[in-house]
Amino acid sequence: MDFAIFLVQCLNAVQYGLLLFLVASGLTLIFGILGVINLAHGSFYMIGAYLAYALAPWVAAHLGGGFFTALAIGLMLSVAFGYLLEWGFVSYLYERDHLQQVLMTYGLILVFEELRSILVGDDVHGVAPPAWLAGSVPLGHVMTYPVYRLFMSGVCVAVALGLYAIIARTRLGMAIRAGATNREMAQSLGVDIRLLYRIVFAAGVTLAVFAGMIAAPVSSVYPGMGNQVLIISFVVVVIGGIGSIRGALLASLLVGFADTFGKVFIPQTAGILVYVLMAAILLWRPEGLFRTG
Amino acid sequence: MTVRRSALARVTLAAALCVVAVGAGAQSRIRIGFMLPYTGTYAALGTAIENGFRLYVQEKGGKLGGRELEYFKVDDESEPSKAVDNINKLIKRDNVDVVVGTVHSGVVMAMAKVAKDTNTLLVIPNAGARAVTGPMCAPNIFRSSFSNWQPGYAMGKVAGERGAKKVATITWKYAAGDESVEGFKDGLKASGGEVVKELTLPFPNVEFQALLTEIAATKPDAVYAFFAGGGAVKFVKDYAAAGLNRTIPLYGPGFLTDGTLEAQGAAAQGMLTTLHYADGLDLPKDKAFRADYSKAYKTNPDVYAVQGYDAAQMLDAGFTAVKGDVARRKELVAAIESAHIDSPRGMFTLSKSHDPVQDIYLRKVIGNENRVEGVAVKALADPSPGCRM
Repeated sequence: MDFAIFLVQCLNAVQYGLLLFLVASGLTLIFGILGVINLAHGSFYMIGAYLAYALAPWVAAHLGGGFFTALAIGLMLSVAFGYLLEWGFVSYLYERDHLQQVLMTYGLILVFEELRSILVGDDVHGVAPPAWLAGSVPLGHVMTYPVYRLFMSGVCVAVALGLYAIIARTRLGMAIRAGATNREMAQSLGVDIRLLYRIVFAAGVTLAVFAGMIAAPVSSVYPGMGNQVLIISFVVVVIGGIGSIRGALLASLLVGFADTFGKVFIPQTAGILVYVLMAAILLWRPEGLFRTG
Repeated sequence: MTVRRSALARVTLAAALCVVAVGAGAQSRIRIGFMLPYTGTYAALGTAIENGFRLYVQEKGGKLGGRELEYFKVDDESEPSKAVDNINKLIKRDNVDVVVGTVHSGVVMAMAKVAKDTNTLLVIPNAGARAVTGPMCAPNIFRSSFSNWQPGYAMGKVAGERGAKKVATITWKYAAGDESVEGFKDGLKASGGEVVKELTLPFPNVEFQALLTEIAATKPDAVYAFFAGGGAVKFVKDYAAAGLNRTIPLYGPGFLTDGTLEAQGAAAQGMLTTLHYADGLDLPKDKAFRADYSKAYKTNPDVYAVQGYDAAQMLDAGFTAVKGDVARRKELVAAIESAHIDSPRGMFTLSKSHDPVQDIYLRKVIGNENRVEGVAVKALADPSPGCRM
């Protein structure tokens, strides 16, 4: 492998890792702060991708905007959706044990998959990226790199910085951290925990839907797409330390590199390499790289 | 004691009635068991197969071999772990004479095992797993579709003829992908090329970027890819987005572009693939089939509908030879073996291992169609290594 190819592979790894981060960040928020194991997180990703597919023609017909108008509408819908879901289902899970959480959120997966099948069908669909991002930049003389992938990475970095700023620097972030550390204490100090949790859950859902919408032009839209993402996201959350945004970012990049170079150098073990990495890190640090709360 | 005896008598009587009922049923109607996916990702395929089958039966006035049919259905959910239970429902509970199924290769492997053990007649209307007509082959197991090896071999031959000397292959690391690549290698060898790099990734991973970079670094003359469904869409699009399609032609079996062209859009235009069916075949049989199918089901037929239709044709050939007496199994099997099936895909016969010996078409993606370009290989038979019958 010459150096130029090596650099391209590094770019592939970073780019894949950043996309993973976008999905996993919502999962780690919900898991770390609310203490809920949310198996339906992959479904939110899938819903995002299908929203990008379904909203595009509607937006073009009624509003005249493109991909980003659809994105904005999708995000508004997902905030409302996450809020309602927390109110209707998840808020009953905080005091229950993990088994009941798993049962409930697994049930949600089945419901969402079936609804998807009824509403949109089981076909595979493509989503067009916005025209000005549809091109490619040359990398060497054989390969080109799609501009949209680079754009996606930029968006992921922006989201990572934004999340970090909110959690570390704002009053809301402080309340979230307090709520995660000690629910009762935060409540007695005047933090409206119920509202706070609702906001966090809605934010988690929105992050997953956002990831799905952003990824749709690259990943295409197909049944069962959420389940694959769900498993790898849990790996990221566990490696990074439950509830840690910083950990999720580092873990995503680690997984991105392990997956990319695993496929290239040791394809026979590519399927398990990421899990070996997880096991090794857990042996070294049972709580993950960064543990909060 | 008397109570017990009367209970025993009643059970005996009931059992006797059952036997009579079953006997009478077998006299009047042939019992056909569909074991197909009716839910899940492959639901559309299962429905197309059954529609195709029923269309042929309808053409024959609702009869095969002069006898009326009775249908039994089990949804296999494309779930290998439930396959044995599901096929036993048809064989033991419903006492079917024939099982028709299925789409998923993993499910079909389990079905073939049970069919072999119970000596039940099985017609496979899709799943291309080579082992079923290879080491597991049996007199009572037929296939109306293809083996994974066939389209791969044809594509290899065409790639070599088009000047590809060094080729890279890429697929998911699972049986269907391995079998398809094996076929491609055999075909490419026959026309003077060789595979210089075999890339794989775990099923159903769709993160191709690292391997596309590997392809760019290898600079092969061509690439052969085996993926299906969402993976096929994503791979073809990623390949084009990486700019590789401008310098390195991408070849594949028909599954790479069948039913996915709307999603693949511009990325798939001009691609060459091989399959035993294509759009725009100039065959009267195909035209009639397409017209009848569209009329009956208000949707266009696809390759799966053709395979279902031909499953019924093959059974008809067998049933007709024994005048509907399915108990005369040996003659029935011999009749199917020697049948010439007038399929919408073109005429085909069956190989010693009971796979179709068929023309594999070269197709080109134009718009939303896989238009036929010509015949890639005439009357191609899978050599079916390991089959002893």
